[in-house]
This record gives sequence, structure tokens and C-alpha cells, in this order.
Amino acid sequence: MRYQSALARAQGMGSAKSGTHHWWMQRITAIALLPLSFYLLQFLYLILTAPYSETREWIQQAFNSTALILWIIAVCYHAALGLQVVYEDYISSIGRRMTLVWLTHLVFTGLAVTAIIAIFNLVFAG
Amino acid sequence: MVEFSLPKNSRLTEGKTFPAAADAKNVKVFEVYRWDPDSGENPRIDHYEIDLEQCGPMVLDAILKIKNEIDPTLTFRRSCREGVCGSCAMNVNGRNTLVCTKAISDYDGVIKIFPLPHMKVIKDLVPDMNHFYAQYASIKPWIETQTPAPADRERLQSREDRAKLDGLYECVLCACCSTSCPSYWWNSERYLGPAVLLQAYRWLTDSRDENTGARLDELEDPFKLYRCHTIMNCTDTCPKGLNPAKAIAGIKQMLVERK
Repeated sequence: MRYQSALARAQGMGSAKSGTHHWWMQRITAIALLPLSFYLLQFLYLILTAPYSETREWIQQAFNSTALILWIIAVCYHAALGLQVVYEDYISSIGRRMTLVWLTHLVFTGLAVTAIIAIFNLVFAG
Repeated sequence: MVEFSLPKNSRLTEGKTFPAAADAKNVKVFEVYRWDPDSGENPRIDHYEIDLEQCGPMVLDAILKIKNEIDPTLTFRRSCREGVCGSCAMNVNGRNTLVCTKAISDYDGVIKIFPLPHMKVIKDLVPDMNHFYAQYASIKPWIETQTPAPADRERLQSREDRAKLDGLYECVLCACCSTSCPSYWWNSERYLGPAVLLQAYRWLTDSRDENTGARLDELEDPFKLYRCHTIMNCTDTCPKGLNPAKAIAGIKQMLVERK
């Protein structure tokens, strides 16, 4: 039994005074992914159809590798932000939610770093 | 976690049937959700057959006819019967609406009447609105100023600034929009919901108010505001034809602009 007024319950612990950055970055990354995804598609097309040497030549051009790296950053950031929203929507246990958010950000950061290093390897490998 | 199925004591059972008189010419069936907290029974659906020749044109007229002539135990809220008080918000055939402004002729076949979705039910068609009203109070829905009002007149507002309140001031807080919003279903303890956010925007937009910054501070929160995912059920269902989704987008825009 809690003798708390309805207003006290509605106000809770007040505003976190955050959320706008999250929301805005989700939109920015979504828009950025529109043009950047064309580079990914081209890269995938080369992987499937062209020989290794040709694919490497393509990726060694600064503009192409930059676009791919930007795609990786945008897509990992966007996915982590999006999954966080899903957890916040559906998981009411604060502990479980915070752990999942933290793990998700860790996994996507790891994925992004690994993918970027893989591109560097392709670009700089003799 | 979110619960996707009803708890055992909320599962619906078949209720009573109240047939129309033998000489009734134009019979319409109304299926109404009934639940009595004192009975200890599960909620049930009662069937009422009504002769539309002997009934007013609106869904509320049929509900009043049931209450007055067929079954006086039916419990619901109503007051103005012209869409101004917001009391008679209910879910009719799967869509929230004010039954006083909704015509029976808008529906084919059986009319199914339920209380507003995902609210605690007090009895029959009466939901518990306490938390909803407390959320409304939490956004301080009144003018806040430091500058004293002019001694000889009211606070002035240009026609253009007054026009910005159109589409906002008409909200009657019936809660049709908030209770149609899945985000509000899952997180109503913290998410303010479309109705309250529309009201918050009404005060953010008011040129006479002097507390915009603090109001935005209070709203900037992953749960209070950003549970809105632009699902648009609110705008779709509003019986006053308002656009809460647009108002929420307006709040988000203000928050980005001041970054």
C-alpha cells in the first residue's frame, strides 16, 4: 500500500533532461544511411562478382573507403540507438533494461571497430 | 516485460441477452462490456437488442435507452451530450470515440461498446482517469509569467499568435488519443501520452506564457516525451479532429531548435 498522491506518482523522479540528442541522432544517421548504403551495395556487388584484386582497388580509393567507414559508423550507431528504444518500450525491469542497453552499445562499438580495422587492412595491405 | 495476453480475471465471458419487443421493426444489437468489481466475476458481454425506431440517433442515445428502459445497472459517464465535456469516451467497434457525437448509422451490424483500452476499469464502461488527470496537472496547464499583467487591460495577444492555439485549445481531455496509443499502453506510468503532450504544446505555443524553457526542460525525457514513435493512432482516433501527433512533433522540433 502506497499513500502517494496521484500527482506524486505522475511526476515520479522528474525529467531526465535528455533524450533529444538520442532522437536527433537516430534521424541524422537514418538520413545519412540513404546515400551511404549505395556504396555498401556496390561493395557487396563487387565482392560477389569481381575478383579480389579489383575489389581491393575499388576500396583503396579514398572516397570509397571513407564512405564505407561512414556507413559502418552510421549503421552501428543507428542500430544501437534503435534497439535501445525497443528495450525502453518493452522491458520494464530497470536492471535488465540497463544491462541490455549497455551490452548492445558495447557489441555495436566492437562490431564497428572490427569492421573499420578490416577495411584498413584491405586498404593498406601490400 | 510487456504482457500481451489478458490476465485470467480479465477474460471475457458471455453475459445476458435482452431481446427487443416482438413488434420492433428496426432492431440493432449492442454488445456492451460489463464488469462489477463487487461480484468477483470475470467481465462479461451483455447483448441488448434495441428498436432504432424508438431510439435517438447517437450511440449515447442507445446507451441511455439501455440504462433508462432495459437495464438500470449499466454504468457509464456522460454529461454534455454534444462533444464538449469529454466524459463519454468509449471504445466502439475497436475505435475510441465520444459516443455522444457518433451516429449509430455510422456502423453496420453489431455495435460493440467497451471502456477505453488499457485503463483500469472502475465499473462497466467507467475507466479510472486519476493517473491521466495527474499527468495533466504535472505539466502545469496554466499560464506562468513573471511580468505582471497590465493594470488597465488583459495580456494582449496578436491575431497571428492567437491563431497558433487553434487545433490545440479545442482538446476536451477525453483520453481517446492517449488510450489508443500503444506506447501509452506499455509505459503509461511515465509516458505522458498524446493528450497531455498536446496540452503541454498548447502552453509552449502561447505567446503570453513566460516559462517556455522550464516547460521544455520538464518534457525532455526519454519516457515522458520520447516514447512517442509517431504511430499516429492519436490523430486517427481524435473525435474532435485534432492532431496530437503534430503537436508532439512541434515539441520535438522546439527541443532540437534550442540545442
